[in-house]
Amino acid sequence: MQKKRDHLGFLSSLFAIFVGLLVGMVILLVSNPAQAFQGFFTILTGPVTHGLKGVGQVFYYATPIIMTGLSVGFAFKTGLFNIGAAGQFIIGAFAAIVVGIHGKALGSAQWIVALLAATIAGFLWGAIPGIFKACFNVNEVIACIMTNYIGMYLVNYLVSTNASLYDKIRNYSKDVAKTANIPGMGLDKLFEGSSINGGFLIALIAVAIIYVVLQKTTFGYELKAAGFNKDASKYAGMNEKRNIIVSMAIAGALSGLGGAMLYLAGSGKHIVIQDVLAAEGMNGISVALLGLSHPIGVLFAGLFIAYITAGGFYLQLLDFPTEIIDIITAVIIYFSAFSLFVRVFLLNLQKKRELTQKANEKTKEGGTAE
Amino acid sequence: MDYIIEMLHITKEFPGIKANDDITLQIAKGEIHALLGENGAGKSTLMSVLFGLYQPDGGCIKVRGKDVKINNPLDANSLGIGMVHQHFKLVHNFTVLQNIVLGKEDTRNGILEMKKARKKVVELSEKYHLSVDPDAQIQDITVGMQQRVEILKMLYRDNDILIFDEPTAVLTPQEIEELMAIMKELVAEGKSIIFITHKLNEIKAVADRCSVLRRGKYIGTVAVTDTDKEALSEMMVGHKVQLTVEKEPAKPSDVVLEVTNLTLRDKKQGHSKDVLKHITFQVRKGEIVCIAGIDGNGQTELVETVTGMAKPDDGTILLNGEDITKKPIRYRSTHGMSHIPEDRHKHGLVLDYSLEDNLVLQEYFDPRFQNRGFIKKDAVHAYARELIDRFDIRSGQGTDTIVRSMSGGNQQKAIIARELTKAHDLLVAVQPTRGLDVGAIEFIHKQIVKERDEGAAVLLISLELEEVMNLSDRILVIYEGEIVGDLDPKETTVQELGLYMAGSGKGGK
Repeated sequence: MQKKRDHLGFLSSLFAIFVGLLVGMVILLVSNPAQAFQGFFTILTGPVTHGLKGVGQVFYYATPIIMTGLSVGFAFKTGLFNIGAAGQFIIGAFAAIVVGIHGKALGSAQWIVALLAATIAGFLWGAIPGIFKACFNVNEVIACIMTNYIGMYLVNYLVSTNASLYDKIRNYSKDVAKTANIPGMGLDKLFEGSSINGGFLIALIAVAIIYVVLQKTTFGYELKAAGFNKDASKYAGMNEKRNIIVSMAIAGALSGLGGAMLYLAGSGKHIVIQDVLAAEGMNGISVALLGLSHPIGVLFAGLFIAYITAGGFYLQLLDFPTEIIDIITAVIIYFSAFSLFVRVFLLNLQKKRELTQKANEKTKEGGTAE
Repeated sequence: MDYIIEMLHITKEFPGIKANDDITLQIAKGEIHALLGENGAGKSTLMSVLFGLYQPDGGCIKVRGKDVKINNPLDANSLGIGMVHQHFKLVHNFTVLQNIVLGKEDTRNGILEMKKARKKVVELSEKYHLSVDPDAQIQDITVGMQQRVEILKMLYRDNDILIFDEPTAVLTPQEIEELMAIMKELVAEGKSIIFITHKLNEIKAVADRCSVLRRGKYIGTVAVTDTDKEALSEMMVGHKVQLTVEKEPAKPSDVVLEVTNLTLRDKKQGHSKDVLKHITFQVRKGEIVCIAGIDGNGQTELVETVTGMAKPDDGTILLNGEDITKKPIRYRSTHGMSHIPEDRHKHGLVLDYSLEDNLVLQEYFDPRFQNRGFIKKDAVHAYARELIDRFDIRSGQGTDTIVRSMSGGNQQKAIIARELTKAHDLLVAVQPTRGLDVGAIEFIHKQIVKERDEGAAVLLISLELEEVMNLSDRILVIYEGEIVGDLDPKETTVQELGLYMAGSGKGGK
């Protein structure tokens, strides 16, 4: 039964993706009928028609959103809605570039220290809404939204007022040291010409760790119990306050690490001083929904969304304005995140089919008996 | 006989369980027909089939002699079948009248026409003595009143076949009597009633005939006047049932639980009254001490403070001589306290966890079940199997069953298995048999007596007088947060106990 349900979850995600693509197609048709089918084809196949570079690029885009998706999904599993991934992401990124710019003395260990700093920063930042929820019963959604904006403005302020971090002319953070960039770990050779690096492997490890924590450990057992039934977890003597804080902090650590992975990718990304929340944080919510909060699901959902995003870039080769491209990819992602809804729909469908099938069998049996 | 409803050879299967297996139910016009069976016997499934919520896998349904196919509740409604569900289906911030017409509103040009509806509702409520205020909001009226609204809903739709699914479970004794009177009146007016219950007294009081189901199978139909309670319960459970508990006299020894001067203040604003007032009592090894009282006199709060869910304002709690007043729940649980909670869905179980995960809810951190933070799946699995066998917990998919899908009685058995198997000296059992059928009650009572005989101290909190009198070795009566009586069940009568519970025994003390 357990297997059957997992199977259904996978199906529902696929179906949701299909619906998303369909709606994307409609928008293509409306915006540029002449090139719609060509455009649709480009979105679907763009990344793979450009050889291994294209594939590497997909992995590169996927890395940070897998991390934020994991962050949101992990919190979901414990019954918390971590809408604060954007803030945790940028705080982690900030910690990473501080180490990346000032930590040249660390030599070849610099990137590791930078990633650790980002993880710790995200951990602490994520713990804040957790503490508010556990101690003062403040809804984590509200606290998370606050920490998103506080995080963004705080980082903007810290970067722009700090001459050692700030590139005034370009209005973004200075380049990090070469040794601060995450090494390619062979992936850069494999997917030559793309921006992929070892960060993707680290994301895979994070997926594996979260999976094991949730499925195999007493800690995961407690967190999930609290997520399903807070009162029962209290009755069983679990420390619910600690669990809420730790759960949010871990979610924050994942997002923070994701932030470091984006800005230490060696692809020329800088923290730009602008009043915009990190898109990766919000995408994390779609990734978690599409992946049904399951770590493995999140991995594939992240890859899918990265794939569609990468495909969108190739649309520029045709006559599509960039805004329309953004809308199309957003629509596909948006509809894809409806997988939960689709799952319920499929469950009902399956039930009905089983019923009629059984009824038919019964009448057949009855017929032969007579 | 003229049957208004015939359900012939109904079969309905769910994954792993045959909920209805060749069941035949025939309802005569103008009778109250009781449907009796244990939890999980298939009563609700059968009624859901009749009401169109499930499609049967086999068999047919005849209404007024005609073959019918009921695809959904709307079909059922148009055949004149109405149902009062165990959990009412009412919109809480709508008025009584709005709830009654909901789904069958009269409109003129898209605008609601309530006048006619109001007239009909008022007429109906007068005719059947179902007095309700049509303009009161559902959230403001009592549960008994809400049930009347559900009945009026059926009558408003001109239903003449009425299904009552365990209607008395939520009612006070007075409300039950009123309901019985209403039911009799309804059949006198020519309606037919299917009355689902597992309370034998109620069947004897109102039903004409009674059909019995056991484990999804049809056992038989009897005329109620010719059958006594013992025979009915035997049909239901499948073997002779002892309606009273057999037990040896208690041999109390060492004190296990010692509560002294326990006081809890009401934290809500504007209340200065103490919820618990200087409560002092002891529970010894080998005895069952029962806290009796009318609901809401501080029992819940007493249990919460003893088990650590709430902090007392004053007083001490000793467990095996050790002061645990300030210790957390986990500490109490690992130092000899087992707790069967009042609300099994809210506290006792994680409904979306599997049965095996629930069976280790209090012990998953024990070295037997984990190694350096990793759960030993095999050990959990083996342990769960053992408990399922020993306590006869029935479920569709064994250890992997999601607890939400199990019947109430088996859910309770799972909690009892967990709490009794865990090492403990004290068992705090709060209404351990609430909502359960005779067979399950007998099983649980036996387990509790066995606990006592094996040397555990048992603190039982119950609202059922019969249970209190039957099971306990000592009765403490709680009234408005105070212990007002310490009685010996052998030397006291139900009447005397009732007086204490109502607060009038106090003067005589």
